[in-house]
Amino acid sequence: MSTKLAKIEKRTAYLLILPSVLLVFSIILFPIFSNIWISFKNVELKDLRIPEPRAKKLVKSIKDNPNQIKIIYKLRNSSLIQEITNVKFKDKYPDDIEPIDLDNKCQFKSNLLKCELGNWPKKYRENLEIVFQNTNNQEISKKDIKSYKPKLSGKSQNILLTYEFTLNNFKKVIKDKAFIDLLSTTFYYTFFGTIGAIVFGILAAQMVNQKFFGRTFMRSVLLFPYVAPVVALAYTWELLLDPTNGTLNNLLINYQIIDGPINLLGQKYVTLNILGFDFKLRLALTTVIIFEIWRYFPLAFLFILARLQAVPKELYEAADVDGANPLQKFLNITLPQILAVISILFMIRFIWNFNKFEDIFLLTGGASGTRTLPINVYQQGFSIGDIGMGSAVSIVIVVFLLIFMFIYFKLLGKRADEN
Amino acid sequence: MKIKNILTYCFISSLFLFSLICIWKILVTLQGIELINFNFNKLFIFGIILCVINLLIGKKLNLNIKLILLALLFSIFDYFISLNLPFWYSLGIFIISLFFFNTIKNYDKNFLSKNHSSQKLFFNFLTLFGITLFSFVILFPFYMMLVTSFKTQALLLLNPLDFSINFAQGLPELFKSYFVVFKDYNFGRYMLTSTIVSLGTVVITLIFAIPAAYAVARLNFFGKNFLSTSILIIYLFPAIVLVIPLYTIFSQLGLRNSIEGLLIVYTATTLPVAIYMLQGYFKSIPKELEEAGIIDGQNWLGIIFKIILPLSLPAISSVALYVFMIAWNEFLFSLMFLDRPNTFTLSRAIQFLNVGAETPRQYLMAGSVVVTLPILIIFVYFEKYLVSGLTAGSVKG
Repeated sequence: MSTKLAKIEKRTAYLLILPSVLLVFSIILFPIFSNIWISFKNVELKDLRIPEPRAKKLVKSIKDNPNQIKIIYKLRNSSLIQEITNVKFKDKYPDDIEPIDLDNKCQFKSNLLKCELGNWPKKYRENLEIVFQNTNNQEISKKDIKSYKPKLSGKSQNILLTYEFTLNNFKKVIKDKAFIDLLSTTFYYTFFGTIGAIVFGILAAQMVNQKFFGRTFMRSVLLFPYVAPVVALAYTWELLLDPTNGTLNNLLINYQIIDGPINLLGQKYVTLNILGFDFKLRLALTTVIIFEIWRYFPLAFLFILARLQAVPKELYEAADVDGANPLQKFLNITLPQILAVISILFMIRFIWNFNKFEDIFLLTGGASGTRTLPINVYQQGFSIGDIGMGSAVSIVIVVFLLIFMFIYFKLLGKRADEN
Repeated sequence: MKIKNILTYCFISSLFLFSLICIWKILVTLQGIELINFNFNKLFIFGIILCVINLLIGKKLNLNIKLILLALLFSIFDYFISLNLPFWYSLGIFIISLFFFNTIKNYDKNFLSKNHSSQKLFFNFLTLFGITLFSFVILFPFYMMLVTSFKTQALLLLNPLDFSINFAQGLPELFKSYFVVFKDYNFGRYMLTSTIVSLGTVVITLIFAIPAAYAVARLNFFGKNFLSTSILIIYLFPAIVLVIPLYTIFSQLGLRNSIEGLLIVYTATTLPVAIYMLQGYFKSIPKELEEAGIIDGQNWLGIIFKIILPLSLPAISSVALYVFMIAWNEFLFSLMFLDRPNTFTLSRAIQFLNVGAETPRQYLMAGSVVVTLPILIIFVYFEKYLVSGLTAGSVKG
């Protein structure tokens, strides 16, 4: 009896999870694996368009003979790279007209013209001309003929499904001189974005953990950048930082803090003179990182605040008795308590910042030294149009991601062991 | 009373007062009023003097009278060093200094002679300063978004620092950008698309996630542990590695430029987190309730609908709100899959506005307000649910 129940339970369970598993498999796992397939192929954006046989219908009247009419079909293969096989043509005509001396590829039957046009190589073009006459010797109306559109069909090989593979994409990715720069930009962005978000998250959480007027309101406000749509925020920042009529530059010039406008999002380097040494700061990248911190510190804040509120009050009371000052209390009580949360936050944020696309894309589009790996996926795949290269870069991202995840789950497991 | 404590008190208090005044001055400048100097030296020194006076008066005067007196002194001083400014500017200064002197009222001789008082003071001011600065830095872009949408192109170019809103021009003139955005740029349609896509994603995700989460939380089956860990792993995979294969597949299937395609992708990407959040909650429901249901002759469906669902409404609302937020804000997939304006979502439409012809910035900002406002209203109204959703789902972002 119990085994029967267990069987029913099992069957129900599979039934309940099946839809979700199927959906996630087809939309998330399958694409990740097909990335591998695509990255070994030489595919470009234009190859993705399925080749179509096309026909443009031109109707021309014949001089001195209103009873006849010439129809020209301009046939072509829409693809510049692929062949279409077994092309079939179909068109319909008004009543009472019939063709004069028809091509043997075609057949005319009860107002319907059907043709077998065979195989079309790439870039194929041909004109099909047919003269029609009215069976009742009446004038043929051009308009009637034009009202029908020809239909064509054909078969073509899908470039994605062939078994031709190449290593060129990966060779190009690794040999690219910009690849090291790409990696360093990505890590720079990821690391400082993550650290900054956590530091500001700690500061904000420390503040909100105290009692003051308007505290709940403050907590909501702090989360605004995280919940608002990235498109709106990025464009607002872009307008604020605009060099010619952006608010920030105009404010700074107005208060005579700077002499001329600074193109915060469009300038790759800025030279800073600190203590007689010249430092080259990557300006646009720094701006993007600041945006990143601004947008994601609320999350760190939320996590750390939740942890702070769980710290026992007795600890602080005991410290007060011992005569500890506020800094000592923070370093010796608060910080050890939130350290676990911080390490997990760091890993999660690191993984996500590593893959961040929208923010940089909307602010700079990857220009002025802000090109990270995810931006490169987009640029390779859609700006340059090399889908295979884009996929290869995606694979690089996935490899890094798997390494990070391995570390993350190791860390998580260690944490679970300790508790 | 230690000299070090008094010095810290004066220095930090005055600095804090000055930073408050700075923020006020920036806001005033943005009303188109010419103000080119923060007067750091004068205000800072006068602030120190006032702090000392405050300390000297101590409790000899009635607290309220002392506050008003000091604030008035400060405002008059400021009025004389920054001439030709309107009355409401000085009123603002007065209110700010009132608030400031109210904050420092506790720092009397007694307090300053205690141990650690300078550090305590420092941290108290750091907190206050932090709160003001954080609110300013966070709210400023939102404020600029809103006020820019009320301006006209000519006025914005004439004085790029004038963001004052002229209420005398009447409401139709004031909301002109919004009329244009809805009428000429078709934002009504985009808003409808965004709403349909977001709500659709919520409904479909819940239909898929609730049974799956129940199975993971309650039933025993082979591969259960594997499934629950892979949920998290799958969730960590970013959209950018899915984009190229999905683009190629959707191009070939003709699913690009369709709401259905977007719905499928959004549902699949939010499903792991929805299952993860729900199963955690389902586990916390006492098993006895379900056992009672089984004895009453309910089947699995009955148990889910009559026992689990009513009990886990709070968790379901957080999941729903969180998924709604993700779908409403989503940008990458809508950029990839939609290139015909009649299928645009709001985010995609705004990006299209920015990339296309030189769209006047007030229209761009009006569009941004249109996409931001609903989500902020929902957030403030349902904050409790959304915050728990954010915390649970914050693995992603």
